[in-house]
Amino acid sequence: MAKKNDTNTWSLSPAPESTSHIRIDKKYDLFIDGKFTPPQSKKYFKTINPATEEVLAEIADANEKDVDRAVKAARKAYTNVWSKMEPKERAKYIFRIARLLQERAREFAVIESMDGGKPIRESRDFDVPTAAAHFFYHAGWADKLEYAFPAKKPKSIGVVGQIIPWNFPLLMASWKIAPALAAGNTVVLKPAETTSLTALKLAELIRDSGIPDGVVNIITGAGETGKALVEHPDIDKIAFTGSTAVGKMIQRSLAGTNKKLTLELGGKAANIIFEDAALDQAVEGIINGIFFNQGHVCCAGSRVFVQESVVDAVTRRLEHRMNSLIIGDPLDKNTDIGAINSKGQLETVNKYLELGQKEGFEMFQAGNEPPKKGFWCKPTLFKNVAQSSIISKEEIFGPVLVMQTFRTIDEVIDKANNTPYGLSAGVWTDKGSKIFNLTSRLKAGVVWANTFNKFDPTSPFGGYKESGFGREGGIQGLSAYLKFD
Amino acid sequence: MATKKSSEKKSVQSADLPINKTYKLFINGAFPRTESGRYFQLDDADGNFMANICLSSRKDFRNSVVAARSAQQSWQDRAAFNKSQIVYRIAEMLDQKRDLFVNEMIQMGYSKSASDKEFTAAVDLVVYYAGWCDKYMQVFSNVNPVASSHFNFSVPEPTGIVATMASEKTALTGIIQAIIPPICGGNTVVVLSAEKYPATAISFAEVLATSDVPAGVVNILTGKRAELYSHFASHMDVNAVVIWDAEKADAKNVGALAADSVKRTHFYESKTPVVGNPDLIMNLQETKTTWHPIQNISGSKSGY
Amino acid sequence: MELKLRHKPIDQVGIEERCARFKTRSIKTDAKMQGLKMALSMIDLTTLEGKDTAGKVRQMCYKAMHLHDELPGLPTVAAVCVYPEMVASARKYLGSSGVKIASVATAFPSGQTNLDIKLADTKQAIDAGADEIDMVISRGKFLQGDYNFVFDEISSIKEACGNKRLKVILETGELGDLENVALASRLAIDAGADFIKTSTGKIQPAATMEVTLVMLEVIRDYYFETGKMVGMKPAGGISNSKLALHYLIMLKETLGDAWLTNEWFRFGASSLANDLLKQLVKQTTGVYQSGNYFALD
Repeated sequence: MAKKNDTNTWSLSPAPESTSHIRIDKKYDLFIDGKFTPPQSKKYFKTINPATEEVLAEIADANEKDVDRAVKAARKAYTNVWSKMEPKERAKYIFRIARLLQERAREFAVIESMDGGKPIRESRDFDVPTAAAHFFYHAGWADKLEYAFPAKKPKSIGVVGQIIPWNFPLLMASWKIAPALAAGNTVVLKPAETTSLTALKLAELIRDSGIPDGVVNIITGAGETGKALVEHPDIDKIAFTGSTAVGKMIQRSLAGTNKKLTLELGGKAANIIFEDAALDQAVEGIINGIFFNQGHVCCAGSRVFVQESVVDAVTRRLEHRMNSLIIGDPLDKNTDIGAINSKGQLETVNKYLELGQKEGFEMFQAGNEPPKKGFWCKPTLFKNVAQSSIISKEEIFGPVLVMQTFRTIDEVIDKANNTPYGLSAGVWTDKGSKIFNLTSRLKAGVVWANTFNKFDPTSPFGGYKESGFGREGGIQGLSAYLKFD
Repeated sequence: MATKKSSEKKSVQSADLPINKTYKLFINGAFPRTESGRYFQLDDADGNFMANICLSSRKDFRNSVVAARSAQQSWQDRAAFNKSQIVYRIAEMLDQKRDLFVNEMIQMGYSKSASDKEFTAAVDLVVYYAGWCDKYMQVFSNVNPVASSHFNFSVPEPTGIVATMASEKTALTGIIQAIIPPICGGNTVVVLSAEKYPATAISFAEVLATSDVPAGVVNILTGKRAELYSHFASHMDVNAVVIWDAEKADAKNVGALAADSVKRTHFYESKTPVVGNPDLIMNLQETKTTWHPIQNISGSKSGY
Repeated sequence: MELKLRHKPIDQVGIEERCARFKTRSIKTDAKMQGLKMALSMIDLTTLEGKDTAGKVRQMCYKAMHLHDELPGLPTVAAVCVYPEMVASARKYLGSSGVKIASVATAFPSGQTNLDIKLADTKQAIDAGADEIDMVISRGKFLQGDYNFVFDEISSIKEACGNKRLKVILETGELGDLENVALASRLAIDAGADFIKTSTGKIQPAATMEVTLVMLEVIRDYYFETGKMVGMKPAGGISNSKLALHYLIMLKETLGDAWLTNEWFRFGASSLANDLLKQLVKQTTGVYQSGNYFALD
């Protein structure tokens, strides 16, 4: 606020989450056929804490042979065990994994924050509980598939290759593995190279669940490992979440094969604020839309459209709210904005910050000074941005919001849809009929009306256009792991 | 009648010289010739000249996509009931022209009984899909019981523009199967007819033109698959590509090019006889999921 | 005075989510000590019962000035809050301690009487030595949509208060929804309220974080428009330290540090003081406390 009164400043003391009960091994091997085994590549790479740049562990780098071992293990488990198992038994294993994850929730949250840089508040309150919820939700489908798809005789596909990104490592692993298993498939999953730890911890937990060897295999590595998995001839389906560029490469590479494919790719979501909206909640929705997980969210509300009559009111409230965000140690319970996931990503984000200023748009940054070490980006707002600017067209994947204004409904719909992406969108208005007008005309797979960035295992998630195809979550997500007569 | 048997052509001096139909393309509700001026000759089953058929070019395809794009949103926005009536109207218009189609198919080598059967199946197929227009959304939508205080529902929405190539295996049901399911789902279509059966495709366009189908919703090209594959797959404003009975190598090329704009691709093998299947509608639908908060005052909790 | 009578749209689920976010703030060590003391200094120690007597008021006033003498360096509470009949006693016992006297008035808690009686009630409290008047609005008139009546009534009481501060109780538990809370808040502020207050304590629900957030946001809107500060008093239902600290976090993040003083923020509470004291002693000694060691009143 403008009026300063130094006598009553009150700032929060550090409140770090304890790491004393956390075990991270020095070195992690590949989880193949129910066991951790060293990579045939004999190579390991380091994974670091992006908030401190300290090395957390060494991770096995799987090569083609390792991928082949994993796929063979998955095939064997599919043919001999998993496809023959009674669905109700399959369900029980998945329920078990859900419970084991709930029991070890705090450990997973802490490691997720250490390895990925996200605030503990988010990993504790969102990532881990939602991951467990995905196992819990999907478990029950295993013996009810014919009710989900009446008259279609659903059948499992076989061996599924899954490649996930670094923004929600455990959650993505869970929302990929859980439906695949429920549908009766076996899995080879590759986490992103900067965030392998929680997937490997999940491997421990999956082993502890007693699920038959080879049903879930987790192999680590970078792009080459992913490529080997995509191109492996004995894979029946690829599920990929990541950048649109890599998604296109995968789609190209699978062309002409019988492998099924689902892609969950990038986005540049419009978050539309009308003058009759509940402005304070809209501002909160803008904040959650772009600063959740440092903006490393494919469905982030990275383009906010504000009706011209309320642009001053919204801007003032937004800046005020941004000033209350706390940036710093991801393990501090009060941190709102953690570390940027990697040095490379920080460079990308910084490139856009420079570009936005070069394009001539006013930049507002808020929050306290971040720590010296580690990768940080202050919450950033570019004001009065034009539709044709690069920063409003390209996905930045960081805590960078671009604000545009609009005058009429038609104008904002055209502008919102004027993008190759179509993953998500937000609409804020108090008028019901206007909401339904917008929600039906926005070309996006998820539309949040008077809310933003909400996720649930029962709720299908996925995009239109270049944001990918196929859905994850809900009945639609399940169908992506089944074949039908 | 389009053409008469060649034996009748000898009677050129007689007063009833037949008026031969010119087979043109069907783009944006009109029947233009190909802009390229090219043609290929269609012979009947006996090897006699039947008609010159437009050999569509990349530009004809482009014009069709423009028409399909401008028609798409308003077609999608039509009430399901209205779409259903229009598709049923197609069946009505088609059924009236039994003789035309049956004779045309006989000329193309169908036996009388096979031709009759194909025609009846075609009408039945259109009627079947007409009935789906106002039902698939009910059957394939969900209200999702999310854990937070939100109303959450998922509905199918059309993918957009579908570029499709009809099966070569049947004269009429093949092209109907390529056109009708996508438009029932609110998509607009650019279809390349079977190389073998362009005449029935264009006669079907005449049915569409008199069935209240808005201009641009269906656009029909005739020509060669090999020439048009890459254009169908690479046009950035096409949302989905559906190829019936593609060769494996062609599927690979189409799939690879389609990736440039993350098109949805479907390569279907046709079965005979052709039967209706709602998957052909649903595979060209996106799922849209909408969230809205549910107010929760004084313990009057919602039960969704 | 032109009234802005348009309801401000509010999404209740969004308000709840924002409040949940305040509750995730972790207040430790120095910040906790400072926060606990600040909360103590913001209390309006309250007794509003039919059975109130001078004797009861005397004991409460002593507590207001001597919260827990075993622990040095504690503030006093901000004020005691009593019925007009008890103001004279409070004045006598509080002396020059600096603890203010707030008196409820205007036919508290229902407000169901005419303006003359309300004015007389107010005058009686002020004449007896009240520093602050906590009035109730006419909720029936408000819900009927007779906003002018409510506005005029507040203005009249404000005039009667002279230079004494006026807190306007909205009784949010009777207003039905958050849009009404926001509208009543704005109405009260425009009519001259120095403070807006959630509740009488006689109706459930009394103060909630959700209702308080809505009121704080109206205060912030008013500040953005006019540059003038208005105070906030949640009353009833805030009985433990953790919750009180989360209210202060909400205050800080919504309005800013300038409001973190008992000039602009009060807790209407009676049992909160002892819980804050317990926590302060625990922070000092490291040992969890029992109620046996903290005087009632």
